[in-house]
Amino acid sequence: MPTLAKTGNEAMAEAMRQINPDVVAAYPITPATEVVMIFSQFVADGLVDTEYVAAESEHSAMSACVGAASAGCRVMTGTSSQGLQLMSEILPIVSALRQPIVLCEVNRALSGPINIHCDHSDTMAVRDFGWIQIFSENAQEAYDSVLQAVLIAEDEKVRLPAMVTTDGFIISHCMEKIETMEDDAAKKYIGEHKVKNSILNLEKPITLGSLDLQDYYFEHKMPVVEAMKQAKDVIVKVGKEFGQKFGREYGLLEEYKLADAEFAVVALGSTCGTTKAVVDELRNNGLKAGLLKVRVFRPFPGEEIAQALSKVKAAVILDRSDTYCNQGGQLYTEIRSAMYEAAKKPLLANYIYGLGGREISLEGIRQIYKQLQECQSSGQVIHFGVRE
Amino acid sequence: MALRDISKYLRLDKFPHIWCPGCGNGIVMQSVLRGIDKLGLDQNKVAVISGIGCSSRAAGYLDFNTLHTTHGRALTFATGIKMAKPELTVIVLTGDGDCSAIGGNHLIHAARRNIDLNVVVFNNSIYGMTGGQFSPTTPLNDIAATAPFGNLDPPFDLCELTKAAGATYIARSTTYHATQISNFVIKAIQNKGFSFLDIITQCPVYYGRMNKIKDAVDMLKEQRDNARNIKQWSILSDEEKQGKFVIGELHNQPRPEYTESYQSLIERHIEKRQPSPKSEERETKSREE
Repeated sequence: MPTLAKTGNEAMAEAMRQINPDVVAAYPITPATEVVMIFSQFVADGLVDTEYVAAESEHSAMSACVGAASAGCRVMTGTSSQGLQLMSEILPIVSALRQPIVLCEVNRALSGPINIHCDHSDTMAVRDFGWIQIFSENAQEAYDSVLQAVLIAEDEKVRLPAMVTTDGFIISHCMEKIETMEDDAAKKYIGEHKVKNSILNLEKPITLGSLDLQDYYFEHKMPVVEAMKQAKDVIVKVGKEFGQKFGREYGLLEEYKLADAEFAVVALGSTCGTTKAVVDELRNNGLKAGLLKVRVFRPFPGEEIAQALSKVKAAVILDRSDTYCNQGGQLYTEIRSAMYEAAKKPLLANYIYGLGGREISLEGIRQIYKQLQECQSSGQVIHFGVRE
Repeated sequence: MALRDISKYLRLDKFPHIWCPGCGNGIVMQSVLRGIDKLGLDQNKVAVISGIGCSSRAAGYLDFNTLHTTHGRALTFATGIKMAKPELTVIVLTGDGDCSAIGGNHLIHAARRNIDLNVVVFNNSIYGMTGGQFSPTTPLNDIAATAPFGNLDPPFDLCELTKAAGATYIARSTTYHATQISNFVIKAIQNKGFSFLDIITQCPVYYGRMNKIKDAVDMLKEQRDNARNIKQWSILSDEEKQGKFVIGELHNQPRPEYTESYQSLIERHIEKRQPSPKSEERETKSREE
């Protein structure tokens, strides 16, 4: 397997090259521009067979993606923040049409104020649109997950769009050592795009997106509900098979020294890497610290999280975005909801941190574990690292 | 004659600015300020709105009422401001990508309404901030990051576009012709209606480099060599016009301004709505029911 030095954006573009989608339609936006820019160079160099559409906005880009997917193509794109927001009108249509479009999303704070750095407010804002959402801890995971996302999204039982996210600048622009597949192996792994329905099938013409009122709209949303349920098992299966083939196994969650942990941090994305370093340090000092990394946010692995946290005394849920609902961030509110039926519940606290790219350091995570040990009751929502 | 000090219009604490060495955006921004200065406008009665992109960062450096908005939507935010406070001078600073790609829809509709906005496009024919992708004003066959073999999409002539859409004052200039820009800014602000200034500016870092123009000075020289005033332009054959462009005041044809028409519509209706005895009777009856 080739070992390369790649930024997160380069890693995602490399995965896209190996996937060789039929159509990519995109619009530039910091910090995700590079993903599609590098890919467009692959197109120009004849390394892929893709039709590249340089659209006049993200709204147009995602619309063109839907058009291409309707015509039976394997379709990918990339965006970030305001770009994802501008795609918002189209995103639920993609899942409703059961189009397995894969989107490389680089997490960046939403305006306003205007900011180009990492938080999860953009991805969280589109969490209820029927898209699978996979977070990456580093460039390696981003590369691996983009490849897996194609298989997950295109699985017969799923047929839903998927977005794989990296953290803006922290992963997207930092260079790391990653292992990639040989081109042949990747091609074999991804396989041919099997088209279930296409408007271009003259033998069996179909209608997409027609008006659907009180009569059947509700029924037509149910397949998305069902597919999202099925997606959980498919993600686990794909992650396991990926491990068998390439040595890096993935699941819905990753438990890091959690089995006997008393105090746990639950987090998404790059912060998990920082937390692992602190867990090692605290373990050396005799504290039973652990980490629960949530890799997949949609479908939400509620039961699995409740199970994983059942033995810890107290856990801090880290949210890099706020819901402004006065009950904490997205990850926290959903985990708290998932814990309702659990027989054994740890004390839960919510730390909202790192908005607009505010640095979360090793020292910051140390403080969080320290405060966690003093936690007496559940339900605290703390905005951590904000100046007074 | 020494140039007037215009630093009172700048938020100097926001400097240094983000623009690259050789970028023309500073020239455009300065020219806008010189126009405002000559008009002697009250700083507090001026609103500057910008979208997203290199050009749109200008709003942050200017000491007026400023609103830095989202990509492509500066004109819509500005429309809201003008409708709420028609007495303000509203200036929109935008780029070619911002106002004619992602915000192209708003451009034609603002022009159609002839709402009194003063639009200054920093037209560098490229998306500078994101690394040199082609924009709707990149000339045909030019090289861009997304057009390594030459741009396939025919460019917009933004002045023709806004003229067709209904703008009432339209002019084009370049950063080489900096003093001309200020004069057009003055006339744009004086025009009661939608004014559109297409200012050709240089991006040596992306556009210049990719299209093998050595540096910013060479780009300015190209502007000088390829620009033709209206008189010169009018006698050129189609063949001679190739690679050249016209600068100057291209359109000046006043017609009713939108916020004024809106106000007079309200006034007419208020007159009409003076309740007649009959309608009062009806209202009382319906309340009783």
